[in-house]
Amino acid sequence: MNECAVDRRTVIATGAVLAASLSLGSAPAGARASMDTRTTPLTRDITLSVNGTDHAIRVDTRMTLLDALRDKLGLTGSKKGCDQGQCGACTIHVEGERHLACLTLTVAVEGLHITTVEGLAEGESLHPMQQAFIDHDAFQCGYCTSGQIMSAIACVREGHAGSDEDIREYMSGNLCRCAAYPNIVAAVNQAKNEMERG
Amino acid sequence: MRPFAYERPTDAATAVALASVPASAHVTAPVQYKGGGTTLIDLMKLDVMQPTTVVDITAIDDEAMHRIVPSDEGLRIGSLVTMAKLHADPSVVRDYPLLTESLWQAASQQLRNMARLGGNVLQRTRCLYFRDTSYDQCNKRVPGSGCAALDGSNRGHAVLGTSDQCIALYPGDWAPALVALDARVEVLGRTGKRLIAFADLHRLPGTTPHIETSLSPGELITAFIVPGGPRRRSLYRKIRDRESYAFANASAAVAIELDGRTLRDVRIGLGGVATIPWRAHRAEGMLRGQELTEANARAAAEAEFGDARTREHNGYKVVLGKATMVRALLDAQAMEVPR
Repeated sequence: MNECAVDRRTVIATGAVLAASLSLGSAPAGARASMDTRTTPLTRDITLSVNGTDHAIRVDTRMTLLDALRDKLGLTGSKKGCDQGQCGACTIHVEGERHLACLTLTVAVEGLHITTVEGLAEGESLHPMQQAFIDHDAFQCGYCTSGQIMSAIACVREGHAGSDEDIREYMSGNLCRCAAYPNIVAAVNQAKNEMERG
Repeated sequence: MRPFAYERPTDAATAVALASVPASAHVTAPVQYKGGGTTLIDLMKLDVMQPTTVVDITAIDDEAMHRIVPSDEGLRIGSLVTMAKLHADPSVVRDYPLLTESLWQAASQQLRNMARLGGNVLQRTRCLYFRDTSYDQCNKRVPGSGCAALDGSNRGHAVLGTSDQCIALYPGDWAPALVALDARVEVLGRTGKRLIAFADLHRLPGTTPHIETSLSPGELITAFIVPGGPRRRSLYRKIRDRESYAFANASAAVAIELDGRTLRDVRIGLGGVATIPWRAHRAEGMLRGQELTEANARAAAEAEFGDARTREHNGYKVVLGKATMVRALLDAQAMEVPR
């Protein structure tokens, strides 16, 4: 697995930084006075609760939840599209709310319950939203699909799936470059009825 | 992203103590607050912001920062309330439509679940020359380096409140509503709390576009106070390139009170056209006490944009900005307002 490496810019910039003597989190005590936080990665040991399982991991403070899920826990269902909070492919649930994992620091979600697309099915039985996406062919390439499904489930729970218009508005944070939008709306409508019955 | 220390204090005073370090401006301070992180983490990935310490304020255990409370002094909105929470609050939806419409028309639900209102008003410009460090010229990012937008791709840049040093647009939707309502901002610093007018929070770029707000390094927004009671005849109109999940090409937050057709009170905040959340004082002055007709609204819009300065690609914002303001006023007049 890939420990978050120091990026090239940081190495290049090593000579031109200001050292602020601040509290340094989990840095070794002896290094506190001189450590430059701009060049020395800082790590934390945390427990991440994902899909009902606690994972003890060590993370760089910079690591996004998306990278932690994919690279530390091997949960590659959440996708990295833009990595800038613009496409929605990384949508996951934090305490049941839809959030973007690419703009979430892993250290900031310690103690919170995270759900990813891998946590939806019960055994072989798919979540109604997953089944609806299959039934309505609500994808082509599939890259945005896990984000679409996570977003759609939250959309229904929020009560924002009352009409096709509402679904389109409240799903607008999930882009689909294959433009499967009509099928996605149909899938959300089908799953909505099943989720409300169930 | 550059390495940084991460702190997560549980009280506001500790957060302020951690963040009160010498710096030339709030936005360039080496210690930055993180609420939802939707601006900060994005800009840290781009290397535009380079804090050495990130102070996560979401765990601050101060009820008043997490709540929406109507009170005698006005509606008090804690700075850690999420965009989603406010736009879903039934009493705010009923009493302050401009405060909630401007929120659900901003961003996506995922971002609205994450972003806190304190950070929302401080979101930084989308100017591509600011966001892309491969451009050498950006007075906001590197003071004194010049402005690549002046003669660059400036379709999304401001026409009001600009300077020769910066034409970066203030991109937010909620702030124009706050500025229209004479909101106040409660700020916590090392010496205690102070109240500032929302209109004084954002600074015109002038010759110092890197100083974006009147906050001192370490000052923490703790709440917004909206005085004057319910504004049921109010709304937000936003025009954008696509129908949802896009920044404004032009927008208008409007709150009016009518006596027949006469405007007893009129408040107008403009978005998508200016370097700061723009209060349309000149238009308001022309309309207050007058009949609200399309002709009067047009004349007021004409006057408000009289000083607009356009560049090669953003001339359309003057036309669109005026039309959006007129439409918002007429739509507010036509609203069926519950008693």
